[in-house]
Amino acid sequence: MAEKFDAIVVGAGPAGNAAAYTMAKAGLSVLQLERGETPGTKNVQGAILYADALERIIPDFRDDAPLERHVIEQRMWVLDEKSFIGTNYRSDAFNSDQPNRYTILRAPFDKWFSGKVKAAGGLVICETTVTDLIQEGKKVIGVRTDREGGDIYADVVILADGVNSLLAKKAGFHGELEAKNVALAVKEIHFLPEEVVQSRFNIKGNEGVVIEIAGAVTHGMVGTAFLYTNKESITLGIGCLLSDFKKAGIAPYTLLEELKAHPAIAPLIEGGEMKEYAAHLIPEGGYKAVPTLYGEGWMIAGDSAGLVNAVHREGSNLAMTSGRLAAETVIALKEMKLPCTAPHLARYKAALDDSFVMKDLRKYKELPDILHGNPHFFSVYPQLLNRAAHTMLMVDGQDKHSKEKTIRGSFVEQRSLWGLVGDAYRMWRATR
Amino acid sequence: MHIVVCIKQVPDSAQIRVHPVTNTIMRQGVPAIINPFDVFAIEEALRLKDRFGGRVTVLTMGPPQAEDALRKAIAYGADDVILLTDRAFAGADTLATSFALAQTIRKIGEEHPVDLVFTGKQTIDGDTAQVGPGIAKRLGLQLLTYVSAIDALDLQGRTITVQRRSEGGVQVIQTRLPALITMLEGSNQIRFASMDDMFRSARLTVPQWNKDRAGIEDVSKIGLKGSPTVVSKIFTPKPRAVKAQMIGADLDASGTANAILDILGSRHPRLAQELGLIAP
Amino acid sequence: MSENTAAPAKPKGKKRLELDPRLAAYKGIWVFVEMERGEVHQVSWELLGEGRKLADILNVELGAVILGAGSDELGAAARNAFAYGTDVAYVVADPILADYRNEPYTKAMTDLVNRYQPEILLLGATTLGRDLAGSVATTLLTGLTADCTELAIDPDNRGLLATRPTFGGSLLCTIQTLNYRPQMATIRPRVMAMPEATPERRGRIVSENLQMQEDDIIAKVLEFIPDDAQEQAQLAYADIIVAGGRGMGKAENFRLIWDLAAVLGAEVGGSRPVTHAGWLPADRQVGQSGKTVRPKLYIAAGISGAIQHRVGMEASDVIIAINNDPNAPIFDFATYGIVGDAVQILPVLTDALRSRLAVSRRAG
Repeated sequence: MAEKFDAIVVGAGPAGNAAAYTMAKAGLSVLQLERGETPGTKNVQGAILYADALERIIPDFRDDAPLERHVIEQRMWVLDEKSFIGTNYRSDAFNSDQPNRYTILRAPFDKWFSGKVKAAGGLVICETTVTDLIQEGKKVIGVRTDREGGDIYADVVILADGVNSLLAKKAGFHGELEAKNVALAVKEIHFLPEEVVQSRFNIKGNEGVVIEIAGAVTHGMVGTAFLYTNKESITLGIGCLLSDFKKAGIAPYTLLEELKAHPAIAPLIEGGEMKEYAAHLIPEGGYKAVPTLYGEGWMIAGDSAGLVNAVHREGSNLAMTSGRLAAETVIALKEMKLPCTAPHLARYKAALDDSFVMKDLRKYKELPDILHGNPHFFSVYPQLLNRAAHTMLMVDGQDKHSKEKTIRGSFVEQRSLWGLVGDAYRMWRATR
Repeated sequence: MHIVVCIKQVPDSAQIRVHPVTNTIMRQGVPAIINPFDVFAIEEALRLKDRFGGRVTVLTMGPPQAEDALRKAIAYGADDVILLTDRAFAGADTLATSFALAQTIRKIGEEHPVDLVFTGKQTIDGDTAQVGPGIAKRLGLQLLTYVSAIDALDLQGRTITVQRRSEGGVQVIQTRLPALITMLEGSNQIRFASMDDMFRSARLTVPQWNKDRAGIEDVSKIGLKGSPTVVSKIFTPKPRAVKAQMIGADLDASGTANAILDILGSRHPRLAQELGLIAP
Repeated sequence: MSENTAAPAKPKGKKRLELDPRLAAYKGIWVFVEMERGEVHQVSWELLGEGRKLADILNVELGAVILGAGSDELGAAARNAFAYGTDVAYVVADPILADYRNEPYTKAMTDLVNRYQPEILLLGATTLGRDLAGSVATTLLTGLTADCTELAIDPDNRGLLATRPTFGGSLLCTIQTLNYRPQMATIRPRVMAMPEATPERRGRIVSENLQMQEDDIIAKVLEFIPDDAQEQAQLAYADIIVAGGRGMGKAENFRLIWDLAAVLGAEVGGSRPVTHAGWLPADRQVGQSGKTVRPKLYIAAGISGAIQHRVGMEASDVIIAINNDPNAPIFDFATYGIVGDAVQILPVLTDALRSRLAVSRRAG
């Protein structure tokens, strides 16, 4: 006798866990299926946890979630080959009782989140791959797994199986991902003693620092790098558009090696032991690449729905929020004794549109195209900025006015004045 | 027929790395798995059950987290599991461990008499291969170590015939039940669990037995007290000084092959002579 | 609760302890001389060499336990044991002991121990030695330390300090058996050096009878299928080993390993995943949970070099590692490293070697 549930959630990442937890807590019968050996084994993220999205799901998460450091300082660095220019923002205000951003390590965090799903009454089954959706006409009525006797039925199926959702593609819910809409990111975790991390970044206790990095390290490809401080480790990563990697013929690992060797970065990770290397695809197509989000008996959430804000490097919070909203949609329909048909599940899309998820994606909807059409953002500007700073800071007998003139000259020389103005306008339009 | 399989949850030693500079081991994030040798014991027990009927009980002694290993055993198709867990067992060596497990199996047998006990050949963390023989001696079971195949089982006649690995060959041995078998690796391949068993595993509440439930009264025989051996020192091995000299980074396969043979000839002439690469 | 491996025991403070007078009567070092089908396993001579050193430190006799059926074989074994340093050979000859069986061997050994009371008992960590050691220790209710890599005597209390790898080989720990006797340990083949023989050396023979009838023994050996000489893995004593790991991709690719081994006249070994997957027989596993080897040349193809493999082979004179992951740990301790796909490189290496051998043989 095949099993039947109120809802099946495919995937145990942030979106899947948020959805499964929210529904299980509301008393629905929930089955969560994960292909990895344990929840989280297939998940890769930097990772920054945005408190707000999780707080709306588990208000007291700070009591027992495995958090590394809360972020009190954000640095933005633009690198050229030898130097960097950048800004720092650090505030003691981030040392509140309820900090808003944390660095996390995904393996322990996902284990914790999955534990919450189980404690709420959700049934979690790992090492099981969903190979197909079972459909009755257009309506999704269950899933087929790779195991003997593997058909399982449900009133609704929430797809949260990550970027490049094979299921969604197979069911025809969305097409192939385009290489220009996907970033490939690689990262490493370098272990260092806690005191070393603290002294190198001038932090105490559980304070943390985040560095966002752009510039020459991407070889002019559209992409950025990052460095996060964890309790006893440093996460370092870099990502660029898949299409650019293909065009440039550079391996992601090469970029990461160069980043590690950069004079601005090398001293920060010196003496660390590389423990974990991971590569991951990130859907960065933005608003225009978001597929249909629901249909007869199904919804799609998180990375599998392309819900990533590449500009602010946010993904997991969009994933958790979309998972929660999908779950709340199911809960509301159950309460009203309404079936999970497409017209009813439209509430999910409405809720997403009304949330920061779609509002932010809409705000930056032109950005992917602009960045893609303007590679100089990632090649010419970093060099110019660093040269400008170098010129200004060099005490060599030249007056400041002449220096400014040199700087202005070099900007215009590399990129016409109209080009500069146009860039500024486009950026302003895209990020306004 | 009732089979008890003893398993152990161990850190996956394949994922432990030594810090090249400090020469300390990095345990962080090393996942816990069922001792790989025990997986062959589970599968062999399940195969006997498939052929002859009966039940398979999987037993482990360990901390509460070891229930993950038992959950997995249920997914493979075990009928029952028992987690033997008690602070009083802490610090047990192989003798004390085999005492606790033997007592528990005796207790299990009061309800369902045990015909066969299976264990893996050894664990990958302790590598002692002593607990199996220890349990057999304490329970008076016939001991069959390094078994590669079970040729015959006669439940009426109470006999079993197995092939067991010895140094120079294979012994075909016949003995009586009840017996304890330690299973040789590579002798079978663990099954892919059915969806039903996955559900059973996910819904299972793992039964925990403490020493009282296992009928262990004499605490002088368990844990640190019951262990004749004590660890007096733990240290890291001396590191090997140099890293490998890399060969052929800019050569094709054939260039690399010849480069390595050239090096053997020039730097290791005696070895090269023995290989016949260069004339003596 | 994990076989002395999970956590170090709290330091015992003062190690000097007064042995129970009953236990203080235990004197002497014993080595079990392992015979299978009339042949003594070389590990027994290695252990006698080590036992001799310990006996000299403690100023006691070195005993050799020789169990078997044919008195000719046993006599020859005793003479060899004397040559390798034995003072007293304890011999039990009985047809029942022709084939190794756990019950009669355990009975013979425990009876001897109870009667003559040695303080230390060493056995080879072979399949036979491990089977016997575990049973004897449990029957005698004493401590047993497996797979020791170093033996020493604690000057404070004459106790045995047995050092062994633990935690998959990533740590070493020293284990003592305090208030129990005898102190038992197993040691793998090739871990201790082969001693020099002194053929004219003589010793005493003590003969005992087996207190058992065939009818008392339940287990019957129906058949013994000796390994085909060619199939039989002699890894521990091989001079050249070609070993493959998971990086070989699939079972069929091991043909490339066998091909290279054939040209080199080498033995074939493998890592744990490979024997577990059934690509190679279990007795070809090299590593902490397999065999310890120390060949002159070890070629590791598609082996990542996890610690548990490393401890079994790092004593090799020259290690050539082929792996497609430049960060594989094997490159941390190999002599020479090649980054590449072993499946592609092996056949090329085999061909290059074959043509060179042809040339040098013609020349020679």
